Amino acid sequence: MSMINFRAIYILWLREMKTFLRAKSRVVSTIVMPLFFLGFLGIGFTGLSLPGIPSDVSYLQYLVPGMIGMTMIFTSMFAGMSVLWDRQFGFLKEIMVTPVSRVSIVMGRITGGTTTSVIQGIAILLISLILGFRIGGVLPVLLSIVFMVLVSVAFIGFGLAIASKMKDPHGFGMIMNFIMFPLLFLSGALFPIDNLPLVVKAICYLDPLTYGVDGMRGLLLGVSSLPVALSFAILTGFCVLMVVLGAYLFEKSESV
Amino acid sequence: MTAIKVEDLTKTFNGFTAVDRISFTVKTGELFGLLGPNGAGKTTTINMLSTLLKPTSGYAEVAGHNVAQERDAVRNSIGVVFQDTALDNRLTGRENLEFHSVMYGLTKEVRDQRIKEVMELVELGDKADILVEKYSGGMKRRLEIARGLIHKPKVLFLDEPTLGLDAQTRRHIWDYIKKLNKEEVSIILTTHYMEEADYLCERVAIMDHGKIVAMDTPQNLKNSLGGDIVSLEIENQDSSALETGLKGFEWLSGIDRHDGTLDLKVKNADKHIPEIFYVAEKRGIAVNSVHLRKPSLEDVFLRYTGKTIRETEATQADRHREMTIRGAHR
Repeated sequence: MSMINFRAIYILWLREMKTFLRAKSRVVSTIVMPLFFLGFLGIGFTGLSLPGIPSDVSYLQYLVPGMIGMTMIFTSMFAGMSVLWDRQFGFLKEIMVTPVSRVSIVMGRITGGTTTSVIQGIAILLISLILGFRIGGVLPVLLSIVFMVLVSVAFIGFGLAIASKMKDPHGFGMIMNFIMFPLLFLSGALFPIDNLPLVVKAICYLDPLTYGVDGMRGLLLGVSSLPVALSFAILTGFCVLMVVLGAYLFEKSESV
Repeated sequence: MTAIKVEDLTKTFNGFTAVDRISFTVKTGELFGLLGPNGAGKTTTINMLSTLLKPTSGYAEVAGHNVAQERDAVRNSIGVVFQDTALDNRLTGRENLEFHSVMYGLTKEVRDQRIKEVMELVELGDKADILVEKYSGGMKRRLEIARGLIHKPKVLFLDEPTLGLDAQTRRHIWDYIKKLNKEEVSIILTTHYMEEADYLCERVAIMDHGKIVAMDTPQNLKNSLGGDIVSLEIENQDSSALETGLKGFEWLSGIDRHDGTLDLKVKNADKHIPEIFYVAEKRGIAVNSVHLRKPSLEDVFLRYTGKTIRETEATQADRHREMTIRGAHR
């Protein structure tokens, strides 16, 4: 029995796609929040000048990569933690009793979750074009999508790791308040982290989303704290780490 | 050939022994039942045999494979219908079955053929493309049974297949299970419905507090109580002559006399009623009416545990609640 079962990964991916397309209200609600942020903050703070944001870059422009990052972290964490809902509704047992290797099950979940997250990230990018966001060309956009994929994979792994340690979805709200929002604020999605006190800044650099947002900003706006290639390398490292951790804990967890 | 072999299988959760050194074998093609109240350890047993839980100690093999060491081989040979629904409501019936077939590596042609077959078997052919969230409880159950069969498992586990269904649907599902058993699949079924075990199972193991307290065919279990009860209404006649006349028969295991009624404990009473009448007539005793009562598995459960299944469930529910409060549930 091979470890990687591509047909199983495909059908797990297909299930994510079908349920994603059928859950329109969920898609709308995850996209709406970053759009509110973009609309109200981006327009409300028009003309705001912050140290770290060059004067020729408007706050709206600055905010767009952050909001893509926000969409990525929320949808990906949700996708990783959807194993909790599968456990709640019994479907996890159906998956776990099949002769498919646990690695393939994790990979199916990651490919499915990444696809839906990236679709939503691209949707934010497209809508922001309507709101007045300007991009330099096609290549930066394509490279940004690579960053979206990396952020997504990392946080699906992280979500999976957390979900494997939880019994039911009741704690999800707590995870959102105490993990997802802090990770968002620490990532520099809303403001430059360069202005933060040194201790907080150090914590920011432990947040994978920081590298995702900074990298996308570098690509789309030409503004970044770190070289894009460095962000890419560090983010890839986080990706591997999170996936291994998530897969390990998932493998260890009991499905009943 | 044996489909399942279990020796001293045990599962403990934080010091609570859910399954306590049980042993049994299921022959190939057999329909075997685990009967007991909720909390007796039936589902835990099924979860161990289907590789979802690791046994604490003991040995179990399914279709010739060790459940602890050859998990993939076991998973390849079994189908499971879980106690709680395990369907994706956001997919259609067909999509649920397709998901399952691909996970079990069926090719496209085989897959389409099998899905058609099993959907017809459970009479859901015309509902295949409806979302499962629109299915009734009975339809979901039938879909799950169909799903458990697609990959032609050697052993099928049915955990409380008719729990919470109405009498008519239950009867339907019983018919499917009987039909399936003719397809050479070995079936192990858990239930806390006495009549279900009695109607379906060739052999039954009665479980209580994680132990198997009795195991045999339903008929033998009931026979072990001393046979059926034949009540003869003879009004004020002197029955001693009849009693003497019957005493020699080895199928008679006891006589009770009260209020003009004679209760005979008889093995396979249907066969012996004519003989009883023959003896009565010869001894000049007029029988006004006769009443035959078969002991049920409920009587067997009472005999082996000293409680009816209902009483047991009540006390176990208390214990379960207490465990949950203490947080030692898992």
